[in-house]
Amino acid sequence: MTTAVQSSWVALVGNPNSGKTAIFNLLTGLNQKVSNYPGVTVEKKTGQARFADGSKFYILDLPGTYSLTAESMDERIVTEQVLNWIHGHEPPGVIVSVVDATNLSRNLYLTTQLADLGIPVVVALNMMDMVKDEIKIDLEKLANDLGIAAIVPMSATEKWGQKELLEAVQKSIDTAFVENPFPIFLNDDISKVLNPLEEIFKSQLRYNERLAKAQALRLVTRQSTLEIYDEMSANGFTADEAFMNTLRDKRQAAVDLLEDTGIKHRIMEATLRYEWLDSVLTAAKINIDPQIAEANYSENLDRLLTHKWAGPAIFVLLLYFIFQSIFTWATVPMDWINRGVGWVGNQVLDMISAGMLRDLIVEGIIAGVGAILIFLPQILILMFFMTLLEDTGYMARVAFMMDRFMTMVGLHGRSVLPLMSGYACAIPGIMSTRTIDSWKERLITILILPLMSCSARLPVYTLMIGAFIPATKVFGVLNLQGLTLVVMYFLGTTTAFILAKVFSLFIKVEGKSSFVMELPPYRTPFWRSVFHQVFIRGKLFVVNAGKIILTISIILWFLASFPKVDESTINENPIRTSYAGKIGHTIEPFIEPLGFDWKLGIGLIASFAAREVLVSTMATIYNVESEVDNVVQLKDAMKSDRHPQTGMPLYTPLVALSLMVFFVFAAQCMATFAIVRNETNSWKWPLFMIIYMNGLAYGASFIVYQGGLMLGFG
Amino acid sequence: MTLFDLIDGEIATVHSFIGDMELQSRLVEMGILPGIRIRRIKTAPMNGPIELKVRDYHVSLRQDDARNILIQQ
Repeated sequence: MTTAVQSSWVALVGNPNSGKTAIFNLLTGLNQKVSNYPGVTVEKKTGQARFADGSKFYILDLPGTYSLTAESMDERIVTEQVLNWIHGHEPPGVIVSVVDATNLSRNLYLTTQLADLGIPVVVALNMMDMVKDEIKIDLEKLANDLGIAAIVPMSATEKWGQKELLEAVQKSIDTAFVENPFPIFLNDDISKVLNPLEEIFKSQLRYNERLAKAQALRLVTRQSTLEIYDEMSANGFTADEAFMNTLRDKRQAAVDLLEDTGIKHRIMEATLRYEWLDSVLTAAKINIDPQIAEANYSENLDRLLTHKWAGPAIFVLLLYFIFQSIFTWATVPMDWINRGVGWVGNQVLDMISAGMLRDLIVEGIIAGVGAILIFLPQILILMFFMTLLEDTGYMARVAFMMDRFMTMVGLHGRSVLPLMSGYACAIPGIMSTRTIDSWKERLITILILPLMSCSARLPVYTLMIGAFIPATKVFGVLNLQGLTLVVMYFLGTTTAFILAKVFSLFIKVEGKSSFVMELPPYRTPFWRSVFHQVFIRGKLFVVNAGKIILTISIILWFLASFPKVDESTINENPIRTSYAGKIGHTIEPFIEPLGFDWKLGIGLIASFAAREVLVSTMATIYNVESEVDNVVQLKDAMKSDRHPQTGMPLYTPLVALSLMVFFVFAAQCMATFAIVRNETNSWKWPLFMIIYMNGLAYGASFIVYQGGLMLGFG
Repeated sequence: MTLFDLIDGEIATVHSFIGDMELQSRLVEMGILPGIRIRRIKTAPMNGPIELKVRDYHVSLRQDDARNILIQQ
């Protein structure tokens, strides 16, 4: 939380798909701030809301979780936060536990874990609009039985109940907290085993009775709880090494004792807690599975949408529609951005007198940032569709349908969404891999994801195809230009799957993969939330990628502009004698077997900032008049360029093909490396990625060019 | 019999688990424990994972994992 929080703030906790984010949006409006938790790319969302009397308070929206154990990265964040709170590190005044009313018992499991913490819990009983038969239960009594402050029925979709929720929250902040006994019955065997742990928690960490029992139970049940304490201990929040050693030893002793008695300690907490919870619900006349035999509307829709044959067919059609939209809808806004960037550049040209500063701003900064902004429309449209598919619940069905195929190639059903995002941009794709709970499959997904042809390769393909591939018909119907483009996408995608299989055979990582995944009910998307999400993701993308592009653009500009020579004495392109030109000449022998000359060499180096930079770099090299986007001139310039000695055309269709294949495979995007570094927490994997992808690119280009020469092309 | 043997559309009660403890911990935390009723809804395309209804929500798991869940009909 920010330092502005003095008195009370509210934490929003709940299961995935409980409508937690919808409630967060409802309470905060647009007063939101999104950042990342330290060290990981899990989004940290904070917002500001007001009580009825106008007083402000902060809300933190925690990642969705089923339980307070720390298995996946999202769960770990929640568990760590909670442990911070109980150790007095800025605890919230109230925890709002968001509960899906259509799925009461499983949602309340987490709620009862929260109720043990000694912080008042208010339940937001969301999705009441979806409950067919009105719940005729005594909510006050149920709240009392579960040891929570209040249960407030509401609907974030229909926007009612938030007033009552706020009232309940304010009331429990103002009311003195009453400690309840630990509600779960522990038999003598278990009590005896847990007692030593309970005592250390009480004496050394000053936990109250309920919390000490709850933490002792969780510690014995889950090894990961010990790891969390260990980490906290390293951060100096809890206790010293001696304490950790005692905790570790006593845990092991408890585990051994339980195994002797034949109790499965690893499922102990969930079994006991559900037994108790189910008995409370039964006593309150709540059936835990009232509609087990009935097909609800989602199930009926799924008769078609996940049907053996129709399901995959619909998915493919949908994909086709999405990619079609990305390319058609984006053209107009891309044109606006292009003109806007040009306009800004011209304004600067008029405002500042000629000189180095002006060159730096116009050619370095504005051109560089413009090159990344141009792809924003495509990325936003793709993100819009992805968010929509995710929020309606369809994405989980895609994972369900594709899991078999994905596991055959060493991936996971949940790799589908990140891989699809990769067609727009690898960065959001890599970030969304964190929904894959097995580390090995997540890592492989990250490693192959940049092989999906992202939108930054498109300008390169477009330029090369437009200049060198004739628009002839193949088999009477297919356009050779279009076909070439499809082949490039296909080449990247199939290689990605093949390599996934190869990597899965070689990468040995602990941990078994499972596919225990909820298929949430289909829901009408909450439009404001969808647009908000797209806006926030877009902003993060521009800021993160923008920083890198800006830096590289400035460096490149410097390399291409210095050392300055007196242009009147030399009648050739000044770039030839610049640092960039020198580098191009140095690497020329190395890239000659691929059919590339020093000019493409500079382009390749520049494209390590971002792939599309190749186009603007080539334009600069050919001294094409000020309009960077004047592709027609660049095409002609490249076509008519001759080899200085032989007088033959420098670039042929074979060179174009070789270059495109190089771009299909090469790892060139700095921003991607930075994200991979973040997500894998080491430079090992981004380095591996750079080596394998560029090796592949070099090899494939070599085969294309040399093979083509042998066959007499070019 | 195991959940793997249950026919799509039929309801059974979870009896116990065998095998991998990691899977068991995940299942029980999602409320799938002995005594609970489950309905096997369908099998995914290409003979993929299965879809279940339990506690009035829908969940999918792989067929190999379904072999580790013993049921009674």
